[in-house]
Amino acid sequence: MLQEESDLSLVIAQIVQKLKGSTLYAQLERQAWASLQRPEIKLESLKEDIKEFFKISGWEKKLQNAVYSELSVFPLPSHPAAPPEHLKEPLVYMRKAQGSWEKRILKSLNSMCTELSIPLARKRPVGEQKELLNKWNEMGTDEPDLSLFRPVYAPKDFLEVLINLRNPNYENGDSLSFRTHLGLIQVPLKVKDIPELKEFFVELGLTTGQLGIDDSTQVPPELFENEHVRIGQKVLAEQDSAAAQQYIRQGSPTALRAELWALILNISSQPEDILYYEQLKTNVIQHDLLVDSLIYKDVKLTASNDDYYFVFEDYLYQVLLCFSRDTSVLGHFAYNSASPPKSYIRGKLGLEEYAVFYPPNGVIPFHGFSMYVAPLCFLYHEPSKLYQIFREMYVRFFFRLHSISSHPSGIVSLCLLFETLLQTYLPQLFYHLREIGAQPLRISFKWMVRAFSGYLATDQLLLLWDRILGYNSLEILAVLAAAVFAFRAVNLMEVTSLAAAEAVLADLSTLKVMPLLQIFLFATVT
Amino acid sequence: MAGKVKWVTDIEKSVLINNFEKRGWVQVTENEDWNFYWMSVQTIRNVFSVETGYRLSDDQIVNHFPNHYELTRKDLMVKNIKRYRKELEKEGSPLAEKDENGKYLYLDFVPVTYMLPADYNLFVEEFRKSPSSTWIMKPCGKAQGKGIFLINKLSQIKKWSRDSKTSSFVTQSTKEAYVISLYINNPLLIGGRKFDLRLYVLVSTYRPLRCYMYKLGFCRFCTVKYTPSTSELDNMFVHLTNVAIQKHGEDYNHIHGGKWTVSNLRLYLESTRGKEVTSKLFDEIHWIIVQSLKAVAPVMNNDKHCFECYGYDIIIDDKLKPWLIEVNASPSLTSSTANDRILKYNLINDTLNIAVPNGEIPDCKWNKSPPKEVLGNYEILNLKFWVLLDPTSAPSRNLKFWVLPDPTSAPSGPCDLRTPSKPLQVSDRKYGSVRRLM
Repeated sequence: MLQEESDLSLVIAQIVQKLKGSTLYAQLERQAWASLQRPEIKLESLKEDIKEFFKISGWEKKLQNAVYSELSVFPLPSHPAAPPEHLKEPLVYMRKAQGSWEKRILKSLNSMCTELSIPLARKRPVGEQKELLNKWNEMGTDEPDLSLFRPVYAPKDFLEVLINLRNPNYENGDSLSFRTHLGLIQVPLKVKDIPELKEFFVELGLTTGQLGIDDSTQVPPELFENEHVRIGQKVLAEQDSAAAQQYIRQGSPTALRAELWALILNISSQPEDILYYEQLKTNVIQHDLLVDSLIYKDVKLTASNDDYYFVFEDYLYQVLLCFSRDTSVLGHFAYNSASPPKSYIRGKLGLEEYAVFYPPNGVIPFHGFSMYVAPLCFLYHEPSKLYQIFREMYVRFFFRLHSISSHPSGIVSLCLLFETLLQTYLPQLFYHLREIGAQPLRISFKWMVRAFSGYLATDQLLLLWDRILGYNSLEILAVLAAAVFAFRAVNLMEVTSLAAAEAVLADLSTLKVMPLLQIFLFATVT
Repeated sequence: MAGKVKWVTDIEKSVLINNFEKRGWVQVTENEDWNFYWMSVQTIRNVFSVETGYRLSDDQIVNHFPNHYELTRKDLMVKNIKRYRKELEKEGSPLAEKDENGKYLYLDFVPVTYMLPADYNLFVEEFRKSPSSTWIMKPCGKAQGKGIFLINKLSQIKKWSRDSKTSSFVTQSTKEAYVISLYINNPLLIGGRKFDLRLYVLVSTYRPLRCYMYKLGFCRFCTVKYTPSTSELDNMFVHLTNVAIQKHGEDYNHIHGGKWTVSNLRLYLESTRGKEVTSKLFDEIHWIIVQSLKAVAPVMNNDKHCFECYGYDIIIDDKLKPWLIEVNASPSLTSSTANDRILKYNLINDTLNIAVPNGEIPDCKWNKSPPKEVLGNYEILNLKFWVLLDPTSAPSRNLKFWVLPDPTSAPSGPCDLRTPSKPLQVSDRKYGSVRRLM
């Protein structure tokens, strides 16, 4: 009890500290001062009157949303004596593995620089700046020669690293037992089993109305959809983040999604946010970074060829190039097991005072990175708004899909959850695929790393991401991956090679996400 | 009487031939007895011409109406729609209501268009009213974007007319006739790009009118960013969405072919603009297709041996108003991508299921109302509409109108029309009266 109380006060202190530096704090202060002019504010009950004023004027709601947003991003503080790296990742072997993975990426990036004799960054000549500014809205028409550039890494390289992860303190013994994990991931982490998942995803149950199921054309809209839309409008009118997050667990109506997501992510698109985006744009215009070519190449290799997303090619550059310059992204490394790569000013290698983060946001894009942005283009046509939403989605969720950590939403846990679900609930299928050399994770890994973007039809993907936001967790990705295998189990039992298994699972664009999840979680006998 | 359908085609496309073969039909030459002929528009002219024409027997079916050009030639389509509007006006139909600027409220769905050289003087008069607008010149009888150019100065028209006159007087026949239309210079852009809609519409008979819309239409995107700037008037990649044109652009992508499904468009519009305006847009598209068919129905030779699958080209402007650009009698069956091939194969499959019931030797005297199960991706286009009038604005001023399909089958709009006696509600707007327009 005492422990809980001190935890709580720690959390409060932490959030107060965080919010003190925010624009909202300044705004609240200004509002409080201004309210003194109002007749209903009395000196004798000043504190209560101002509180009341905040409540009526809607500022209290804004503060609540900001606190809520902090709560969903920041992990609960651990023991006060724990060093800050525990906030990043409590397990030493995970931190080490992440560290050596980062070294590999950086080495690969540096050697590309040397090979192509291209600097990491350079100031653009004025003429080039003008040219870029002119074609800002059509960067996709530019066709620089990128044949020499290659993605720094692809999901499958990353998978190899995860497969080789071992906990040095864990002795498995030589003999196989029923506890032995037959999958590719060999680290012991606690993941949820189906009863726990059922409890966690209780709103996805058979008795709860779901968008993605109960809005199909066969179901009369009076049964669920109309009422659900009405509640959604009410949630938006209230501007309450927590209510929006609860609401979206049953799926967001298409027409309300953009606003609901913005509310949950606490993105309001103030004039200063637009200004901030414009500044990032100026940075892009002024400086040329090596990562720009990587971004360019990635968009060309993925989204530009995609049936759903090719239309938004130019938006992707406008978001991703700005993202790479955004130093506010560095803040998320406080709770990300990864650390931003450093580069040194020429001739000062290793001297910390000459170190700079490279790229400025600390995130090196990999093959498929642009697919995190692409689906959002269906919701926001304003580049600055699109940008803010993406940045928030990244620092809340997506970073976990390509860094090594023990977090329940981290990619290692997702892989383990996926393999455990299959091994436990579809043991024959799991065994069969393993025997023919088609470890299921080899197929599903890329789906999870991209949060299924580019694999599902966009409407289905958005229904899935609704639930990521609603449960503030990426675990649904592993559940869906397992559900896809369950759905195709009959065909998969007949294949005899990895290639054949991949062929069975090559096209996910016809899948309906919510029925798959529901059946897997709630209608399977366990 | 069992027997296999004998088919002929003069269009060697795999999506056709695979469909015929799948049904176990037998290929014959056009000189033999045939039951089913999928032909080009050149051939249909001969089939029904006075000198060389056949007499089709009851078990023969072709894929065009004899005078389909009443709809599919740019000049004739406009002429028929103008005539249709005038007739409705004469009858005093509510459909022909106009606003204070003299624009039709419900029938203004084709950009202002004139025939050249016939309507030259009328065009000049209109041009002078708004000299800053851009116009698009199209030859009446050509397709796939051939011979199209944009102008924004009268001198350009004069030069064109001089050039074509000097070439020879003979070509001044209908062959060289052009239409000139007001260019939609505020198209809806997605990702900064211009696009148009290609929708497939099947007509099995004009009297009574029975038509079907294919659910799987698509958007065709320009590869180059749109700019209304007049300096780019010559760059056809900016303005024309025809795949035949875009294919030659250096940025043409052969995986998706610049095509986006209509369901993507709907998802995007509903997400970014809201449900009501999106439904209204699709209802209006439905409306203009039906109106264009009604406009030509009286002049169409409703030959019982015929059906036709049209390619409708529609442009949406930035106020989400759809404009009918043209109708194609022979929509391309060339597949530019893998998805395209699947779509077109299914399109032909569903078309044949409706036009040739059960894939059996046809009897053109059948009642042409196929059971619902065979429609596939086709939906019956309802011919009845409701218009919701906004009582808060004065009549015919800022009239907000919703066009909804007949409520007795699939209501798609946001309001419950089955109980029109109750006050209607569309989101937060209240509507006082409902009028059945047709």
